[in-house]
Amino acid sequence: MKAKNELIRKVLTKRIDNDNPQILEDYIAKNGYSALKKAVSMPQIKIIEEVKASGLKGRGGAGFPTGLKMEAVLKAQGAPKYIICNADEGEPGNFKDRYLMENDPHLLIEGLIICALAVGAEHGYIFIRGEYQKSIEIIRNALEKARKNGYLGDNILDAGFNFDLEIYTGAGSYVCGEEFALMVCIEGKPGRATYKPPFPTSEGLFNKPTQINNVETFANIPIIIQDGGEAFNKIGTEVSKGTKLVCLSGNINSPGLYEVPFGITLRDVIETLGDGVPNNRKIKMVQLGGASGPCIPESMLDIKLDYKEMTDNDLTFGSGAIIVMDDRIDILDILKRTLTFFRHESCGKCTPCREGIGHLFILLQRFIDKTASNDDLKLVEILLETINQTSICGLGQLAPTSMKSVLKYFREEFTSRIDKSYVKQAFAGGN
Amino acid sequence: MRAKEIADKLGRTPNKLIGALLEYQKDSPNNYLTEQDIKDIAKEMNAPESRIYSLATFYSLLSIAPRGKHIVQLCNDVPCYLNESVNIKEELEKKLNIRMGETTEDGLFTLEFTSCLGYCEQAPAIRIDDKMYGNLTSDKLTDILSLYGGEIK
Repeated sequence: MKAKNELIRKVLTKRIDNDNPQILEDYIAKNGYSALKKAVSMPQIKIIEEVKASGLKGRGGAGFPTGLKMEAVLKAQGAPKYIICNADEGEPGNFKDRYLMENDPHLLIEGLIICALAVGAEHGYIFIRGEYQKSIEIIRNALEKARKNGYLGDNILDAGFNFDLEIYTGAGSYVCGEEFALMVCIEGKPGRATYKPPFPTSEGLFNKPTQINNVETFANIPIIIQDGGEAFNKIGTEVSKGTKLVCLSGNINSPGLYEVPFGITLRDVIETLGDGVPNNRKIKMVQLGGASGPCIPESMLDIKLDYKEMTDNDLTFGSGAIIVMDDRIDILDILKRTLTFFRHESCGKCTPCREGIGHLFILLQRFIDKTASNDDLKLVEILLETINQTSICGLGQLAPTSMKSVLKYFREEFTSRIDKSYVKQAFAGGN
Repeated sequence: MRAKEIADKLGRTPNKLIGALLEYQKDSPNNYLTEQDIKDIAKEMNAPESRIYSLATFYSLLSIAPRGKHIVQLCNDVPCYLNESVNIKEELEKKLNIRMGETTEDGLFTLEFTSCLGYCEQAPAIRIDDKMYGNLTSDKLTDILSLYGGEIK
């Protein structure tokens, strides 16, 4: 078995060495804000080319190439342009954005400033969920410090460009992590998603071109500019570049946040970094990405953390959560909790999500009570497909993922709870 | 008037409404927005009352029903569940002598479930007002609750 330090690769977390947030002076002493200094002398398109060359993909879950997004915002007609950092981290099992904000706030801020410079934005928002009071406090102090030292505000680093950042606090809503819901929340409305296209790059916040990315994505930008896109491109696998912050939780000996290069296996993360399952129990199921991610059996843990390998196996790793569950769990009980979450968090705008999840819940309860029929199983499968394909936003589209994957890899959990007498009874009445 | 103070501080554009409501509620001894509060904010921020209601009832950190002085929120999602948050629920209910969703008689605590708090590596976790507490045990809970006063069973 590999040693822990062979698996860890500290790029984003390289400056973090204790539990206190990195203050500006420390950050600068460790070469912080030097990427920004480099960026102000680069033409906008050159910055974007470096990001493109790096191969960086969005870390919020969808994995869209960041350089392409930035290029679209740069080229979009319309002014002003906005930058939004999505720090509405609400996906169960994820805490990496909190970790970055609490430990190295200036890394995020520097990444945001460089992006603003590259796409031509003068105003930006860091949208932090209201529950993260500590993150809000730390980012607020860091912004103030950055402003005082000429990294934010007018004429940044005497380079003749203006940019400022504002914190926007969420008020408790998971769906606001979805980009359109997040933007309408900033506009002061209930966070409900809208149809796409148009995409935020052309019509985002206040209908203006907007670059919206996850905390971890922005935190990668200073590293790319500092070391060059090509150097960044050498970390990871052929299609997955850089490192990934993984959040390990559940039934695990050493839960926590680990920064690893793409390409290591899920087993490496769980067994080596996480020291395996407590009391030598067996792994029954692992959920990837959080509540909206797929559930897989122990036999699939040799799959690598890699966009292509995940897609080839019909999986996603979302924003990096890995939730380990040991053999004491009842899988349907876990699904019920997941559905409870989505039923609560559905914004209620579109019917498939609002009504569909409720109906799934009723059907799932029949399996739990062992009163389900064969037809119920068929209905579940139709409903899962319908919700997935017809919901407006990612919440509804991904709410069925866990149940679908359970039906694929743990089908007997459902079939073993079908009430076989049901069919007989139905026909018994006639004759 | 409080509404004016907040509006002066934050600004009167619609995108400041949610911030204003959060700030307004923070000062409420019962952690909620009264009918009068909503009227005051609507007037001060030039927004229809219906819009304020739509926000106050959509976002889970806002409430239009009275709650306790301190809100104790227990994470209801899988990572905490796997780390036996069910026991923490029972402990909380026992110690505060209320059920989930209820408020103690002295009005000091309201107990509620919340969606994931992002403290999964320290599961099970709770949040009291603006503070998070993780790696909970029964003894730790007693200590934490006593920080907020009141009689703990």
